[in-house]
Amino acid sequence: MPYQQITIRDHGSESNLFARRAFFAFIFVIALILVLLSNLYHLQVQRHDTYQTRSNDNRISVRPITPNRGLIFDRNGILLAENRPTYSLDVLIEKSGKPDKWLKSLADLLTIDEALQEKFTKKLKRRRRFKSLTLKNNLSEQEVAKFSVNQHKYPGISIEARLTRFYPYGEALTHALGYVGKINKKELVDIDQAGNSANYAGSYDIGKQGLERYYENELHGTIGYREVEINSRGRILRTLKVDAPIPGNDLILTLDIDLQKTAQAALKGRRGAVVVLDPKDGGILALYSNPSYDPNLFVHGISSKDYSPLITSLDRPLINRATQGRYPPASTVKPFLALLGLEDGLVTETTTIHDPGFYRIPNVKRKWRDWKKWGHGKVDLSMSVAQSCDIYYYDLAYKLGIDKITDFMGKFGFGERTGVDIHEETGANMPSRGWKRGQHNQPWYAGDTISVGIGQGYWTATPLQLAAATATMANKGIIRPPHFVMQQRVQKADQNDIINTEDPDRPPITLTDEKNWQIVLNAMEQTVSSVRGTAHKIFRTAKYTVAGKTGTAQVIGMKEDEEYDEKKISERNRDNAMFIGYAPFDDPQIVIAVALENAGHGGSEAGPVARMIMDKYFNNKDKLIANGQ
Amino acid sequence: MVNNPAKRSIWFRLHIDGPLLVGLLILMSLGLAVLYSASGESTNQVFKHSVRLGIGFVAMFILAQIPPMTYRRWTPVFFLFGITLLIAVLVIGIQSKGAQRWLNLGVTRFQPSEVMKLALPMMMSWYLSQYHLPSRFKHIVIGAIIMAIPTLLIAKQPDLGTSILIASSGFFALFLSGMSWALLAFLAAMAPVAVYVMWTFFMHTYQKQRVLTFLDPETDPLGSGYHIIQSKIAIGSGGVQGKGWLQGTQSQLEFIPEPHTDFIFAVFSEEFGLLGVLGLLCIYIFIIARGMYISVKAQETYGKLLAGSITLTFFVYIFVNIGMVSGLLPVVGVPLPLVSYGGTSMVTLLAGFGVLMSISTHRRLLAQG
Repeated sequence: MPYQQITIRDHGSESNLFARRAFFAFIFVIALILVLLSNLYHLQVQRHDTYQTRSNDNRISVRPITPNRGLIFDRNGILLAENRPTYSLDVLIEKSGKPDKWLKSLADLLTIDEALQEKFTKKLKRRRRFKSLTLKNNLSEQEVAKFSVNQHKYPGISIEARLTRFYPYGEALTHALGYVGKINKKELVDIDQAGNSANYAGSYDIGKQGLERYYENELHGTIGYREVEINSRGRILRTLKVDAPIPGNDLILTLDIDLQKTAQAALKGRRGAVVVLDPKDGGILALYSNPSYDPNLFVHGISSKDYSPLITSLDRPLINRATQGRYPPASTVKPFLALLGLEDGLVTETTTIHDPGFYRIPNVKRKWRDWKKWGHGKVDLSMSVAQSCDIYYYDLAYKLGIDKITDFMGKFGFGERTGVDIHEETGANMPSRGWKRGQHNQPWYAGDTISVGIGQGYWTATPLQLAAATATMANKGIIRPPHFVMQQRVQKADQNDIINTEDPDRPPITLTDEKNWQIVLNAMEQTVSSVRGTAHKIFRTAKYTVAGKTGTAQVIGMKEDEEYDEKKISERNRDNAMFIGYAPFDDPQIVIAVALENAGHGGSEAGPVARMIMDKYFNNKDKLIANGQ
Repeated sequence: MVNNPAKRSIWFRLHIDGPLLVGLLILMSLGLAVLYSASGESTNQVFKHSVRLGIGFVAMFILAQIPPMTYRRWTPVFFLFGITLLIAVLVIGIQSKGAQRWLNLGVTRFQPSEVMKLALPMMMSWYLSQYHLPSRFKHIVIGAIIMAIPTLLIAKQPDLGTSILIASSGFFALFLSGMSWALLAFLAAMAPVAVYVMWTFFMHTYQKQRVLTFLDPETDPLGSGYHIIQSKIAIGSGGVQGKGWLQGTQSQLEFIPEPHTDFIFAVFSEEFGLLGVLGLLCIYIFIIARGMYISVKAQETYGKLLAGSITLTFFVYIFVNIGMVSGLLPVVGVPLPLVSYGGTSMVTLLAGFGVLMSISTHRRLLAQG
């Protein structure tokens, strides 16, 4: 080494060498900068559009704005279904950190039981990035206040408010209004198939029952959108554009909450249903089925603790007895049969029969009993209705034959759904030869017709059907199908449009002699006004005129000579009490059908229910007149 | 010291290289403007950054006063001091975010690898300038060993970015000292082997992940690919003219990770577009050209090698940073020089420029001496 160092340094050549190397290096630098530039050119010029789009996708988020669900009012403008703000506790785990850091102290602050905590930890495992999760729903105002004070201790946890359905009258209206609940998987598929997914993008709830379900499309409204600028953590920084949602239509019902509450009170502690109609337009003034339940339980998802008694109860509160209850109509069908008898010419107003207390078909040994053991004696049409003579109708039905009965009762809507605007409805059963062949694979026997004559046997009807048929009778053949919704209010920015529910314009029932209507109606009036009428006692003190018909339906079959003793048989095998009626007699304004399960006699049990409601109706009316309306 | 005031400008007497100073000042003002935007219009951060710039300038000014001869004399001591610190870091350093890079000085934390950014090129220049150029194979090998010691110590911390910068500075000294082209070609051929060795023995899992993500960021757009994708979206969406100062949505809405430090170039290109990028690169090229000029004009081999090495390392910062932000290179923690927010690296860089200025302004004195 030392030897080599002796050689004299050639500064000139070293400088040259260095300059060359420096030059190479600089060229290399320029070359690499060109590489960088060409890549940047590629990004900023050639692929600019792609990245521009992706940048906007990053920044702009389209958020749905849930439309406000339409409200439901009664005929006097009283709110029956409203939207109330409810509060939920939402957690953004990216900001809050792991639950073990805060969940315990939060659970002490608010009541968050272990089941909720567990549910939350489960949800946590399959959450989406930057999507907040609900820890607890439906916070009380106290909890909201408590949390708000302590919010600074829990970053990433916030209280979110949204509107949810509330039914202020609770169980009084459940079977009419139904309720909304969380959209389930099946409903999601249905929404998808109907092409409505976009419209439900911001919706949590959907109508599950009753009017809420029937008018789902009208009540739901149209979704709006908000274009917002968000940052990388999904926080909304500002709104760029708003496409306002259109609220759902408000429903204004024909229902009168006052009558509805009266009906509820009248049925307290009993199983049964009441339907009150306005015969002039078919509007339902009240429809109540007892027992009922609180629909608000379903809005936030019912707990199994609340749900299991509802499904296991022998009283079956979930059934809408007014539209789904299949009751033997019993003697309430007698006016209709009388009308058919008149129409067919088998009887006239003055035709009389002798009632010894039982009836026999010629050449048949079996006896059919009258409810009055010793018979009514000499009975004409008016008496047969007013005193509810069974023998008269055994004979009439036998002579008419099932075919004519089926056909004629069909015109009054028996055996068919009324088409009322809720889906929970059955057509019950109007028996016929074909039906029996199909159902039981048996021929129709004459004896079957005898039972049909007093509204028993295979014949069943819903209270709604009975009310609708009674309205048609009171209207002398003009059919006004029952419905809940009087009008819809379409919400608009400046004014509201009103859509009135259109009358379906069904052809009326015509008779060969239109005078026959009045004959039957007079007979129904006699039920109330004549001293021996089955509903006389009930309406004796009424300030209005009433026409009606009582019915007492056997629930269990009885041998021909067996006696019915209320005390001896179990409560659930007792007779059903039925009543149909309208008032005032000369200008029908209100039609009522009542069915009470295992209550006993129609006149003494179902009649008072009708009386209470009619009293309320006419009282209210008098008040209105007194107030100068 | 002997002086000839008649011939020298005021700048020369202050030992300030005028063109270099102008280049640096333009660059830093640009940096402050971008930082203001990238930090979410935080005057606080801009102020802090300005203070550090001031400290850096003072360091630069002081270092410019010291003649290269003095540097040369003290180089071995300085280098050994640096190595000692690096070893100290491995033994008693502070751990943070999975790396052990800092020494606790009581008042503040200190990153000894920054010292090595100057100490290694000085040491290489010191060693290589002992022999005449072109360096012989033996000296190249010994030089490589000198360079390998701090590089490996820093890689061990681990700090891949800094070790790349340190290794480059050593390599540039070797290259400028006339290392033979045949050897260079051989090393280039050996590169794949080196990559394999690095991958298998030296790289940490997170570093490997960075490389894998770099190769295809879209495979994990919300995970480890997120940074690169968002950064490319920022650059690409800037287009030719850019979205305008303070108007970059990617940066203002915090889609860009660490927008004010390592990824500040993404902010810059989003807001100023390709035209702004061209301007920025021109300033960088100007500074590099001036640095290379100084190195060529230096009259002593030590000064030549040191100036060249510092200048070219400055370029490595630029290339690695822009390369990683625009998706050409894997993400390694290298700041955009004199633009990124971050104290120590900027002070080191300015200190380096102080040494450059010293070499530039002490030329004639040396010749006379």
